[in-house]
Amino acid sequence: MKNREFIENLTLNIVSPIISITLALIFGAIIIYFLGHNPIETYKEVINFALGNPNGWGYVLFNTTSFILAGLSVAVAFKAGLFNIGAEGQILVGGLVSAVAGLYIAPIFPPFLHLPIVLVFAAFGGALWAFIPAILKAKIGAHEVINTIMMNWIGYALTNYLVVNTFREKGVLYPLPQTAKLPSSATLPKLFSVFQKIGINMPESNPVNAALIISVLGVIFTYYLLWRTKLGYEIRSLGLNIHASENAGINPKRIILIAMLISGALAGLASTNDVLGYRYRFLDNFTHGLGFTGIAVALLGKNHPLGIVFSAFLFGALDRMAIGMDVFTHIPREIISILQAVIILTIVAGNEILIRSFRKRRKTVYA
Amino acid sequence: MLETILAWETLISAIRMATPLTYAALGGVFSERSGVVNIALEGIMLFGAFFAAVGAYFFKNPLIGVVFSILAGISISLIHAIVSIKFKVNQIISGTTLNMLAAGGTTFLSRLIFKAAGSSPHIEGFTTVNVPILSGIPGVGLLFKNLSPLIILMILIVIASNFVLYKTVFGLRLRSVGENPQAADTLGVSVYKYRYIGVILSGILGGIGGAFLSLEHARVFVENMTGGRGFIALAAMIFGNWNPIGAFGACILFGTAEAIRMRLEGVGIPTQFIQMIPYVLTMLVLAGAVGKSISPASSGIPYEKEEL
Repeated sequence: MKNREFIENLTLNIVSPIISITLALIFGAIIIYFLGHNPIETYKEVINFALGNPNGWGYVLFNTTSFILAGLSVAVAFKAGLFNIGAEGQILVGGLVSAVAGLYIAPIFPPFLHLPIVLVFAAFGGALWAFIPAILKAKIGAHEVINTIMMNWIGYALTNYLVVNTFREKGVLYPLPQTAKLPSSATLPKLFSVFQKIGINMPESNPVNAALIISVLGVIFTYYLLWRTKLGYEIRSLGLNIHASENAGINPKRIILIAMLISGALAGLASTNDVLGYRYRFLDNFTHGLGFTGIAVALLGKNHPLGIVFSAFLFGALDRMAIGMDVFTHIPREIISILQAVIILTIVAGNEILIRSFRKRRKTVYA
Repeated sequence: MLETILAWETLISAIRMATPLTYAALGGVFSERSGVVNIALEGIMLFGAFFAAVGAYFFKNPLIGVVFSILAGISISLIHAIVSIKFKVNQIISGTTLNMLAAGGTTFLSRLIFKAAGSSPHIEGFTTVNVPILSGIPGVGLLFKNLSPLIILMILIVIASNFVLYKTVFGLRLRSVGENPQAADTLGVSVYKYRYIGVILSGILGGIGGAFLSLEHARVFVENMTGGRGFIALAAMIFGNWNPIGAFGACILFGTAEAIRMRLEGVGIPTQFIQMIPYVLTMLVLAGAVGKSISPASSGIPYEKEEL
């Protein structure tokens, strides 16, 4: 029994993702071949571009940072049986709220408090944007999928309005609206000096920054929350069976609300990599679909914090490889987003097939 | 300012804005009525817009563009159908992934085929038509002049959809598999078959909606040109209580908001708040604050045939 379970879990969590990724890479190779390039050479070049040098690694880790937090956000909601498609909007709002807090609220306090303030406001902004669909779901049962989608678009419009009309940097004719630059006391330091100290030649221009540490803390927090606390137990229980949970004395409304708020807060923190650690300001529409990538990351990572680390890294590397595509070939870099979609589609379909076949086998064994 | 809003031009522009939404929203109605949530509509529209441009550009014929968009819509919706009906994958996941695929895929193909970043070359749309008699009426007649054939087709499809859904055996069966698939199955209605049909219809309609955007609206394919219209269409479907006439009405409402927004651009009024109207209204409807909407009972739940 134990043995069978082990094999099943191994197949589901490790073998099937590897098969999906391989299938996607083969699919990509076919496209690359038909576009007149040698697939193996091309893969070699772009992988080397992404992971064959410290600068590439820095960029991959920079991408990974945002993906981990966005993925964790989706996963926490998922574990409670909720589908948070609103991470995108929550990241945007979190980013704007933290930038505004850094510009207007933090200066009132002594400098050593600036960073904690902007971080708290990033989480708060994300949670705020998740609160509306959360309360609607908890109180009225309104479907969170539709509401979080709607909140995304309201978020795009609202942050656009605010950054154009209220918080736009004065006297700068940058084509996209953005806020003024944050004081350095309210930003996350870059990590190149740390890498240089341990002998890795990371150039100073590399964007990898201390938000990476936040994402690692996020992983530990999420793991601890979900598997080591009563609240986490209640969240997972609700996600498995709402009626059984209610019978066991769990208040679904309370858990729905809390899970969505945590999910929103994690999404809000995903903004810090860009806003506090890279640009040092809020740039209109800086997310570029990060919240949706978070869904893919969570799915590939099986909603487990550790799995999310791996899938975020894979997606981070793929995104860097996309830039490599532009450098080495005339193949549009979007080939990588196609591969990402193929990975997700094959993995979710594959899982359903596997779970079904396991269930059938179990039935025949115990019948 | 009020004169700029209260002009026939605003209404004409509202109908034009409502057209792609209506096609997609009707698609949503068929899909959800059969029990399959289709948030891939955004991606279907985007593929439709792209392939319409490809067809119209290379064959110099907008009709071929529309045929291409329909074929593209069918292909994408078929993936959604197979993944969510056969493999019973969560329909939201499938839809979200297909939207990702559409965003990446159309940009990829566009850069490859049109050899330019950002957009396709100019494409020729349909020649406009006048509705006989009606276009002669002073004032109101303006609404019936210089119409895209796709707008006239839309009106016909709205009426036909309503008839098919509520007055035919096919429509009854389609709705029954979305309401209570077990019961429908017991009565010998093939749940899977009707769900496939529902989803594929949404692909066809969503594809045409996309074609309208590139062929008739912009006369060019622009990367990610749908800009969330698939989601507004979903909102219209909900706002219209999952029926064709209601969805059409909601699309006209949202189209009017869009038309007013465009007319106010540059006047100094923040247009972002008008942009929010469809989304806010939909949330209010879902919350029961404005009107009431009841979704098909089994929408979103994969059907599992009981094994003996």
